[in-house]
Amino acid sequence: MDMANQARIKETAEKYGTDKVVVILGGAEAESAGLTAETVIAGDPTYAGPLTNVALGLPVYHIFELKDLIDPQVYEDQISMMEMVLNVEEIITEMSDIRSQYQDG
Amino acid sequence: MASEVTKGGSLVNFPVIRATAYVLVHAPDILMGHGTTITMERVKNPDSEYLKALPGHLRSFQEAVGYLPNQVYIGNAHPRQLTDHPSPWYQHPVEPRTQGRFGQILDQAEFYGLMKIADSFNLVELSAEFAASIKDKLPTANLSAKHFAQLDRTRDLQEIEEMVVSHQADGLYQDGQLVGCVREAHDTDPNLSAHVVFENLVCKASGVLALVNLLERFQIDPKEIDYIIETSEEAIGDMNQRGGGNLAKAIGEIGNCENASGADIRGFCAGPAHGILSAAALVRAGIFKNVVVLAGGSSAKLGMNSRDHVNKQMPVLEDMIGGYAILISENDGINPVIRTDIVGKHKIGSGSSPQAVIQAIVADPLERNGLKITDVDIFAPELQNPEITVPAGAGDVPLANYKMIGAMAVKRGELDKSELAQFTTSHGMTGFAPTQGHIPSGVPLLGVIREELLQGKIKRAMVIGKGSLFLGRMTDLFDGISLILEPNQGLSHGSELKLEDVKEQVRLILAEAMEQAAESLARR
Repeated sequence: MDMANQARIKETAEKYGTDKVVVILGGAEAESAGLTAETVIAGDPTYAGPLTNVALGLPVYHIFELKDLIDPQVYEDQISMMEMVLNVEEIITEMSDIRSQYQDG
Repeated sequence: MASEVTKGGSLVNFPVIRATAYVLVHAPDILMGHGTTITMERVKNPDSEYLKALPGHLRSFQEAVGYLPNQVYIGNAHPRQLTDHPSPWYQHPVEPRTQGRFGQILDQAEFYGLMKIADSFNLVELSAEFAASIKDKLPTANLSAKHFAQLDRTRDLQEIEEMVVSHQADGLYQDGQLVGCVREAHDTDPNLSAHVVFENLVCKASGVLALVNLLERFQIDPKEIDYIIETSEEAIGDMNQRGGGNLAKAIGEIGNCENASGADIRGFCAGPAHGILSAAALVRAGIFKNVVVLAGGSSAKLGMNSRDHVNKQMPVLEDMIGGYAILISENDGINPVIRTDIVGKHKIGSGSSPQAVIQAIVADPLERNGLKITDVDIFAPELQNPEITVPAGAGDVPLANYKMIGAMAVKRGELDKSELAQFTTSHGMTGFAPTQGHIPSGVPLLGVIREELLQGKIKRAMVIGKGSLFLGRMTDLFDGISLILEPNQGLSHGSELKLEDVKEQVRLILAEAMEQAAESLARR
């Protein structure tokens, strides 16, 4: 997760409180989505950005996981094409794994 | 002049792609000194393991030349050969040929000589011994003799060393040894610092190399060139006009294009596509007959993903500076045409989801002209070499683009979902371009596309340039532009009336009318 986005998430969470912020990802790959999820839950695993050693514990989801919450027409116009392109199942599995890893820990 | 018949039956003279050239420079020492990933690390973690390991991952010139994606870039192999070549490609070299159908691969030492030749302000200093060692190797044709003589103006190595140590100059190293330097052009202006001048001269010199290859390989008289559009990502200017520009004329001067003017067009990675569009418009409007669109490469982007390459025990593959030059000319009845009536653009109001982008750039222009996505035989989107980007977590960029275009075709009912995988190979190519920002964006396939349209192997191609504008922090809009190329319909189809023909016709009609009038008068 790049430095500027880490800084923005940190700032937003501090301003509104970690119980009022949800992070929604649109990443194209399971591995990078997982790393981003890990960063906003447990801190930057690469020890490079503003979230190093900062465990915000934010709820984090990939947009594919929120399909049922989105207006079907908006989803159709904005996201349905990418469902055909990306490995949706792999991304959702990775996201679930990361979340359960930290919930259990 | 040849004409193309549009759907409406009116006659249009479309501009043609007359020539294409592609060049690479192997630059391992420039990577070590100027790649931003490396220079940033040196500031933050000067003792890091990555920095210690990096030199051991650099490639030799021979290794870089024998790397198949580089051979594809200069035209010695077709991009589709990459699909069947055993991977990783860096472990399966091919014959290392420095000359290709479309251009050449230059080594770093010779490139320093070209930087010196391209330097109009005596800012590049080379030691006498080094200058002598490269002088005979450099191409002389189509290079300004006045500038070539720069190589005779050398500097004592000790003086060069002193300038580098006192930070008045950035060193030019060959195999880690100091052989020259680029001096600062001002002592306090950050835009004329040694570092910035170095970057700009790298871009200028590699642009010159592309231009010279274009003119030589296609035997084009430099005097024919009317205008040059430069499309890199560098900002040329001092502190009062950072980005003031005109690298286009600066490059044309060294390439002896004495009748040309020019200007720079910027648009991040989409710069070249915008440049080609503008060139096509200038030719189509009859303002200029021959417009070169070109760009040199970037020293800052060298080794951009080298941390991941080192971590994955790979050679650092981002050691190549890229360049390209395309000649767009008035219709000659032979070369493939740019359909200036089928242009796709990402509008300010288009939205930035991938779906909205593909809709605006790919689907909309085709639909407006009664065409389907499957009517385009080859798409040329961003063509980054996946062997560079996949290990860095950025995925296979061209493949992702082909999947998106195919998925859009499925959504539109133009392709069955089961044909999606096949579509990415039949309408796409494997990526092969160096990750030099503006260089991979559609343009590297123009050489192949031009040839295949000429040979009748394909009927239609789409070139797509995309740009990430957020990088400059002025807007978070996305950008993109697309162009359609088709075979020339040839002079036999042309029925455009030339002025002389029209005059002759009018003369005949008038003569006939006067004859009839005379006869009529005589009868009375």
